[in-house]
This record gives sequence, structure tokens and C-alpha cells, in this order.
Amino acid sequence: MSAEASTPAAPARRMRIDLHVWGPLVALVLLILLGAFLNANFLSYGNVTNVLARSAFIGIIAVGMTFVITAGGLDLSVGSMAAFIAGVMIIVMNWLVPELGAGWPVVLAGMGAALLVGLVAGAVNGLLVTRAGIEAFIVTLGTMGIFRSLVTWLADGGTLSLNFEVREVYRPVYYGGLFGVAWPIVVFAVIAVIGEIVMRRTAFGRHCAAIGSNDQVARYSAIHVDTVRLLTYVFLGILVGIATIMYVPRLGSASSTTGLLWELEAIAAVIIGGTVLKGGFGRVWGTAVGVLILSLIDNILNLTDLVSPYLNGAIQGVIIILAVVLQRGRKAG
Amino acid sequence: MKKRAMSLVGAALAAAIALPGAALSQETTIIGVSIPAATHGWTGGVNFHAQEAIDRLEQEYENLDFVLATAGDAGKQVSDLEDMLATRNIDALVVLPFESDPLTGPVKRVKDAGKFVTVVDRGLAQEGIEDLYVAGDNPGFGRNAGEFFKEKMPDGGKIVVLRGIPTVIDNQRVEAFQTAIEGSGIEILGMEHGNWNRDDAFEVMQDFLSRFPEINAVWASDDDMALGVIEAIRQANRQDEMWVLGGAGMKQMIERVGDNDTMVPADVLYPPSMIATAIELTALKYVSGAAIEGRYILNSTLVTPENASQYYYPDSPF
Repeated sequence: MSAEASTPAAPARRMRIDLHVWGPLVALVLLILLGAFLNANFLSYGNVTNVLARSAFIGIIAVGMTFVITAGGLDLSVGSMAAFIAGVMIIVMNWLVPELGAGWPVVLAGMGAALLVGLVAGAVNGLLVTRAGIEAFIVTLGTMGIFRSLVTWLADGGTLSLNFEVREVYRPVYYGGLFGVAWPIVVFAVIAVIGEIVMRRTAFGRHCAAIGSNDQVARYSAIHVDTVRLLTYVFLGILVGIATIMYVPRLGSASSTTGLLWELEAIAAVIIGGTVLKGGFGRVWGTAVGVLILSLIDNILNLTDLVSPYLNGAIQGVIIILAVVLQRGRKAG
Repeated sequence: MKKRAMSLVGAALAAAIALPGAALSQETTIIGVSIPAATHGWTGGVNFHAQEAIDRLEQEYENLDFVLATAGDAGKQVSDLEDMLATRNIDALVVLPFESDPLTGPVKRVKDAGKFVTVVDRGLAQEGIEDLYVAGDNPGFGRNAGEFFKEKMPDGGKIVVLRGIPTVIDNQRVEAFQTAIEGSGIEILGMEHGNWNRDDAFEVMQDFLSRFPEINAVWASDDDMALGVIEAIRQANRQDEMWVLGGAGMKQMIERVGDNDTMVPADVLYPPSMIATAIELTALKYVSGAAIEGRYILNSTLVTPENASQYYYPDSPF
């Protein structure tokens, strides 16, 4: 279906794909070389674990965002949604402690709540976009405000903290690991691989791309456009739930600043990775590389005294733009 | 009013001077309160204390009415002030400006309309607009923290510093801190912005820990940041190597100080309840007729295990 729509442009597209493929990887390798050159500890086990583990939240969300954007949508609400889910999780767990005692049952109930709230929140976004026919930008801008306000309200303007004993039980989910690889990294890797397979090898992935490049043609090709779109938002919601499950044990708290600007980081990672913002083409492994690029910039700036901390934002901006220029610049010329 | 250490700078806050109060108490006075929305722990505390002070005063004095507005950014706050002036008919305004410069003009218009103006925490860009100024002591905040480091590290040592959001407040604190530790042999290995945010501070501290093999102490300069820092230190398993000084007076941190936690030996106050002080003082002008105009600076008191119980408010969300 997507092939039909783009057959005339096929030769040009192959050229472009070559550059697309190498752009983000080249940027990532350059950053790793720069980091290793600037600080001897950069490649140490501890630092690599830190960077990968802190990328996991945005990474897990960005995998879902890749599908939403590929299908021509957008979700600005994921950061607020993560904060809201974290708030609900903490409240549910604190509430169950007297019933179940501080142990794994409580933590599992909290995880279940996170997935459920994520699913419902994603479905709300998806239904408003597909059934009510409102632009994704507006719908998710609205729900972004709603989720953010709800978590502020739940926390009474302050911070929700997880019961101390539950926290100790739950803590290994962020700090522990499998064969020395921290759990958030494992989960992020598994989700990225599944995402890549779904995007490449399944009808669902191809339908997303078809809808993103031309939803009318997709509709005439008997694709259930609304259902596929709705599912991309639902999956994203569930992934936000999973990211929150990994996030809560880290600091054991949620407040109105939790997940601030995650949506923009996730979208930036998706675009750096080579997915087209207008939709129609998506690449999950590129997204994973994009997430790593974003975390590495922060990490390298913290590990060195090269520039004034006031300029950190500017350096990030320049590198994000450069990473995209690397993969698209030559096609314009 | 809450009992707490305060210093009175140049203000004539006399005990109630008996004015003919009958005329004052007959008609209702409306006091507008404009504060930033609860976007982080400290402003959450501001919201809590503002609401609490308003509830208490409205119950106590029938002739006082309050209009509370919270703003998510400076532009919204300007609109709030315009609405208060145009539609709510306020007699006095208590404002914690989101940012000094954008709010200076709008607050001046309120003043020019003949209203009583109280400015809290962040001063306006132009002097002499407000009738009453209530604030924490930012240079004192940095200085007291610095003095504490000097006392705890008589032979010097290696520290890292987490700064807040780049603002005048942050600069004043850090400059005073650096002046206070000058010549003490305390070396600042690195300084980065943690933006008064727990997650950011966690990541900055992780990176400090990878970068420096020896750190003796951390000036986290804020309690939210201190909590993130402590978690990062715990992850690296270097709890025994260093201690952390936060700031502001978050209840969890005050509690840890009181429990003689070795990682949290003290805290420096920058109480969000200063908004309550400002509201109460402004209200006092209308219910007592006392002279209120002037500057009112709250001390950045050092909280230690000895006095921690005095500053612990279990009901506050902050």
C-alpha cells in the first residue's frame, strides 16, 4: 500500500534512506569519541550504566511516540501523563499498604494501576483524535494541561512520596539488574527490539506508515485508519505506564515537576532518529539512537568544564540540529 | 502569627496603635493575593501557606475578604492583576512576582490606583513602588550555608555545588556562599545547575560522582535537589564519604536533621510561609490600623538537630 503511493519516487528515496541510516549513528559515534577524549571515566561501567538507565524513561516513551508520529499523529501529553500515572501509582500503593503489607503484592498492584491508567489515558487521547476528529496537537495539548493539573491537585501542590518500606522493596526495579545490566536498560532494549520488529515486519507497522503518508489512500486500501490510529495512542499510553513503573522506584516521589518536557525530548529523539515529523516513515532503532544522543549531551556537559553551565541549553540545541542536518542536509543540495 | 526567628529591618511594626477603628471595620476590605502556581515544592508550600492564612483571617475577621489567584507564568500574573483591579475592586494587593522585570509596570499601576501594595520574595525592578516588602534573606542563605561548611570542615575539603535555576536569587546565594568559604581551604570541584529539581539534581550528582573520586560534601542549596543528590550518592554507595546541605526547610529534610541523620547534618531555612507573614501583616493594617510600611526580612536560620523541632510542620505539603 505504501509502496503504491511512493513508487514514482523510489530511486530518490533509496539515496535518501542511505543518508538517513548513517546520520544518527555518525552523530552518536562522534559524541562517544568526544566523551571518551574529554574524560577518562566516560566509558566506565558506572557512567555507561547511569546514562543508559536515565535514557530508559524517555526511550520507552519515544518508541511509542515513533508509531504515533509515523501514523501522522503527535502526543504532547506524555510528560504530564507520566507524572499523573506516577502520582496515581504512589497513592494506590500507599493506600494498599495497610491491607497487604509492604511487599511485592503492593508493588505489583501499583504496576497494574500504572498500566491501566496509561491504557485509559492513551485511549482518551486516541478516541478524541479519531472519533471526535480533533487535531492531535490540540487534543494532547489539552490533556497535557489536564494531567499536569491533576497530579498537582493529587499532591496538594507538593510532593507525593512513596511509603518508605514499599520503596525499599521496589527500589531494585531501578537500581538492580540482570547480569549487571540495570533493569531499566533491559526493559528499554526489549521494548526497542519489539518496536523495531512491529514497525518492520507486521501489518500494523506498515499500516502506520501508509496512514502517515496518505490517510485517504490508506482508507481506500481498506485499512481501518481510525482503529490503527487509536491503537498507536493506546500503545503509547501503556508504554508511558511502563516508563513510569521504571521511574517511580528511582526517587520514590511524584510532584508537578515530574516528567517536565519529556514530551519534547521524546519527539526530538524520534526526529533525530530519522522518523519524519509529518508521518509516513518511522524507524524505531533510530529513535533509540536519538534518545542516547540526547542523554550523552547532558552527560558530557556535566563531566567537563568546557562551557559555562548557562550555555548547556545552547549546546544541546546545536547538537540536535546538527544531528538532523547530518542525515538530511545533503539531500537538499 | 507563627513564632519564628525574624529580624525587622527598618520597619515600624509597632504593636497595635489604637486608631479609631470603628470606621475601618464597618465596610469590607478586599485583599488580592497573587502568587505563582505550585510548579515545584517551594511554590507548593507558598500555595499551602497562602490558602491557610486566608482561611484563618477570613474566619477571624468578618470585614476581610480575599481574592487568591495563582499564575503559571509572568504573563498570566499580569492578567490576574489587571482583573483584580478592574473587576474585583481590591483595596490591597499581596504579590509574589513571578519575575521582577515584567511585573514591575503592572504592580506600579496597582499602586498608582491608590492601593496598598505588599511585595513578597522577589523585589521589583524599580524601587519605592511597594508599601511593604517581605522577603527571605538570599545572601544570608548562601552566607549561613558557607559558614556551616567552614565550621564542619576546619581543615578544608573538596565539595561540589548544585545551583538552582539561573536567576538573581541563585546568583546572590552562590556569591555569598563563595565569599563565606574564601580562604578556608574548601575547594569547589564543580558547579552545575540542578534547576531546583529532584530529577535533574539526581543526574547532575551521578555525573559528579563519576567525575570526582573524592568528594567530602555537597552544597545542594535546596531540599528538593538534596533528595535527588542523596539518592545518587546511595546508588554509588558512597554515603560514608560525604554529607549534604540542602536549603528551604522541607519537612522531610527537617525531620532527618532532627533524627541526627549523618548525611543531613543541617538545613538552611528559606520558608515558603513568608507569604503568610505578608498576608497577615497586610491584613493587620486594616484590622488594627498599625503602621505596616517598610521592609521585613526573614532570617535564613540554620536548622540543626537542636532546634529542628521548632521548624517542623507535619501538615504542610512542603
